[in-house]
Amino acid sequence: MKFIKNTGLVLFIIGLSIFTGSVFSGSFNLTQQELDTFIADKGYKSEIIKEELTEALVTTEPINIFEFSSKVTAAFETSNAYYDAQIKKYDAAKNWTKKSEQFTYKIFGKPHSLSYELAKKAGKGFTKENPGLSWLLTFGLGIIGALLFIIPNLILLGKPGIKNDGIFLESATNRGWIAWLVLIYLVTFYLVLYFMPDYVVNWTFIFDPISNFLNGGDASQWFVYGFLYCTIMLVMGARMYIKYRHNKYQIVRTTSVLFFQIVFAFLIPEIMTSLNMPGYDFKSAFPLDYDFFFEWNIASLKNSGGIGIFILVWGIILTLVIVPVMVYFFGKRWYCSWVCGCGGLAETLGDPYRQNSDKSLFSWKLERWIIHSVLLFSLLMTIVTLYCYFSGTSSFLGIKSQWIKDTYSFLIGAWFAGVIGTGFYPIFGNRVWCRFGCPLAAYLGFVQRFKSRFRITTNGGQCISCGNCSTYCEQGIDVRAYAQKGENIVRSSCVGCGICSAVCPRGVLKLENGPEEGRINPTEILLGNDVNLIDLLNKK
Amino acid sequence: MEHIVIIGNGISGVTAARHIRKNSDKKITLVSAETKYFFSRTALMYVYMGHMKFEHTQPYENWFWDKNRIDLKEGFVNNINTDEKKLIFADASTLNYDKLIIATGSKPNKFGWKGQDLEGVLGMYHKQDLENLEKHAPNNEVCKRAVIVGGGLIGIELAEMLRSRKIPVTFLVRETSFWNGVLPAQESEMINKHIKEHHIDLRLSTNLREIKSDENGKVKSIVIDETGEEIECNVVGLTAGVTPNIDFIKTSKINTKRGVLVNRFLETNIADVFAIGDCAEQHEAIGQRRTIEAVWYTGRMMGETVAQTICGNKTEYKPGHWFNSAKFLDIEYQTYGWVFSERTKQENESYFQWQHPTKNTCITISYNAASRQFLGINTFGIRMRHEIFDKWLSENKSIEHVLEFLSDANFDPEFYKLHESEIVAKFNQENNTNINLQKKSWKRIFTKA
Repeated sequence: MKFIKNTGLVLFIIGLSIFTGSVFSGSFNLTQQELDTFIADKGYKSEIIKEELTEALVTTEPINIFEFSSKVTAAFETSNAYYDAQIKKYDAAKNWTKKSEQFTYKIFGKPHSLSYELAKKAGKGFTKENPGLSWLLTFGLGIIGALLFIIPNLILLGKPGIKNDGIFLESATNRGWIAWLVLIYLVTFYLVLYFMPDYVVNWTFIFDPISNFLNGGDASQWFVYGFLYCTIMLVMGARMYIKYRHNKYQIVRTTSVLFFQIVFAFLIPEIMTSLNMPGYDFKSAFPLDYDFFFEWNIASLKNSGGIGIFILVWGIILTLVIVPVMVYFFGKRWYCSWVCGCGGLAETLGDPYRQNSDKSLFSWKLERWIIHSVLLFSLLMTIVTLYCYFSGTSSFLGIKSQWIKDTYSFLIGAWFAGVIGTGFYPIFGNRVWCRFGCPLAAYLGFVQRFKSRFRITTNGGQCISCGNCSTYCEQGIDVRAYAQKGENIVRSSCVGCGICSAVCPRGVLKLENGPEEGRINPTEILLGNDVNLIDLLNKK
Repeated sequence: MEHIVIIGNGISGVTAARHIRKNSDKKITLVSAETKYFFSRTALMYVYMGHMKFEHTQPYENWFWDKNRIDLKEGFVNNINTDEKKLIFADASTLNYDKLIIATGSKPNKFGWKGQDLEGVLGMYHKQDLENLEKHAPNNEVCKRAVIVGGGLIGIELAEMLRSRKIPVTFLVRETSFWNGVLPAQESEMINKHIKEHHIDLRLSTNLREIKSDENGKVKSIVIDETGEEIECNVVGLTAGVTPNIDFIKTSKINTKRGVLVNRFLETNIADVFAIGDCAEQHEAIGQRRTIEAVWYTGRMMGETVAQTICGNKTEYKPGHWFNSAKFLDIEYQTYGWVFSERTKQENESYFQWQHPTKNTCITISYNAASRQFLGINTFGIRMRHEIFDKWLSENKSIEHVLEFLSDANFDPEFYKLHESEIVAKFNQENNTNINLQKKSWKRIFTKA
């Protein structure tokens, strides 16, 4: 068994190494004709970018992706610098016609995006020519290796039950060097994915056939990410099924998040795209889906006929009606740990790290400040955007619509939700984003705290203050602080993962939906003591 | 300002301190020789097993004590001078008190076995025991085998701990079946089986004769009394129960027997001196409880009670209905009311029992054969709601009532397979009754008695 596990680990590391190494493979160059077509398609008027790109990229010499990227960036900057100088010149000369003409020569967007688009056309090499084999050597080996590593646990973990032996004795799960390595890998991965997509263009070649099959187009870096996301959730979901096989709540919940990720977040949008509809994730609710009210999205939905209007209405109803009503009946868990994609990754890939969330009162304070600030930020951004959309202006309250959208997308959408949110799993626990950042979680939290039937019931006086519940709470809730006082746990941040109840050795905690009355039950004296004394003190 | 000194910072002493602070402005000092900060003793096992770090066993953050003006003093009390209201510490320093609460807990029993003080012989009670175990049994290279003596709750926990590091364990149990002085045979046998499934070498009806030493004064082996068999081992766990930790009090004027003798107000024979928790001994048993109760929640309840008395609301210690819980390896156990084993139960107490054909799930309900009154329930592998059973016990419900409304009492996580209908069907069949299992009702669950 141990041998199978180790073989799996080796295979997984080989697969991961090939996947990572493939970034450095291949060569990139263009023919003059390919470049001209590209520039024409793009509608670039700048002669300079054409010259620069021709000089840099039209060659038979092999160029690797990093050189390619810096050459494109240089061309991009040279061209823009030239026209910026022109603009300055005409500005000084007060030649307004000439000045405004210069703007049409400028290249907008990000150099890495331009480089990505060019590289997608220019790429040659192993992953481009052998996508099937590349898939097997990367994803195939990774999946087989991971499963070989995970499945022997059926026997190695022993009989069904809570198996947390050694979690704080191992480097990977106790913030040791392995955990830090994983953090660095994940952070780098997200930085490249969000900000330097051209560097990983080789990965997209692996997925061109699959993407073409599903939506009729070549794969983008987001297709690769979506596929990777689903794969990781499935493989780590298998781990959840084995680890918690005695606990039906965990089994059902894991099945639910896998279903919603694969069908709603991945397949349906891809199929919609292939049918020339806007690809939409029907479960993704504003304000987590922060660009739902961006002009381009509204415009695209309005131009998509009946389905577009349906999505627009659905999105609004989802946020305003469905989400809060469901939270009233079931708690925010129905979304955060049963449906949501971010939650789904946290509950599968992130499960081995749940014990690393900070339980101090300080981090609870920090959490409330940050998450509610993000909620306000997202609402402000949306108000500005919508005001500008309907009034046709470009700013509101002195805030530029484009600026606030860009800032939010960069700080919250990319850095917080991605780089920090997932990258920090191994050290700060698996719900960093959900706990500190997600504006939707903040919104659901208000409903859960003030108007909901959900609570975690504490079972009278059975608690022995052992602390398993607090240790394994991914949201950093000090569950024990409530349980040892005989109080039910009613907290806005609770995502209802049910692990506190699972790890409790004394059967103290139960997630349940019941009458609102008596849901919050402060007690001074716990059940078990003199009945009269309990009544006397708890009623005073 | 009145100065309350509490010796012992376990659950009893800490609860007393917290409640005195809630209800008064008195000066409070918590004295401990074990650790500066309160930790949950019941969680020590999880630290060794790697489920938690030691800091996770501390229910309050370190700033808590300062903020609540509870002074922490580390020191070992050698003597109590009740005439001068003074504690004398091992380092000869002293501390004056106006009111004293003794909450020093227990220590592991040692029955005068030969070799019981050798290196590598340990109990599993104090933080120091955990450190000792980490030293002598860090892995199965250093500790090739461990022998555990005494088949109670701590014994099986120690076995589970050692098995988590793949250390071979021999488990000596004096009784003919595990914990059968407390558990009915059905349950005791299920646990026997479960222990063996976890590859623990369980030896029933087996006593320890002696522990043998190597040339360095370390454990080398043990000898079994009945057969003379010698078992080589590197660690011996002595887990044959606990006894009040009160040696330092014996020289004072405070009356003691096995524990510190207290009345129902938890007062000792000396004015302004109280004793609570594991170290307190009642003059007379309360109900069917023992005079000394080494249970987590009774310590907490005594702390809650004595705090009331000290803050001017003189309150008798009146524990409600008995309840308890434990976990035997993978099997959770809860009990509400009294279920005695076949060895200890009275003649009029009858059992109704149900066991799952394959899973480690079973229940025993004890009831009065004549009056049909429900007396208590043991559940294994099923969680039950404390409040419901507390209510049923207070209302003297019949066993038929308990079975009819059993669904209200279930506390298993959502989606778990419930067994109530099988349980009721078995009862109907055995008793020729026609009980109709009622659906769970929130209204009944939340209606207070």
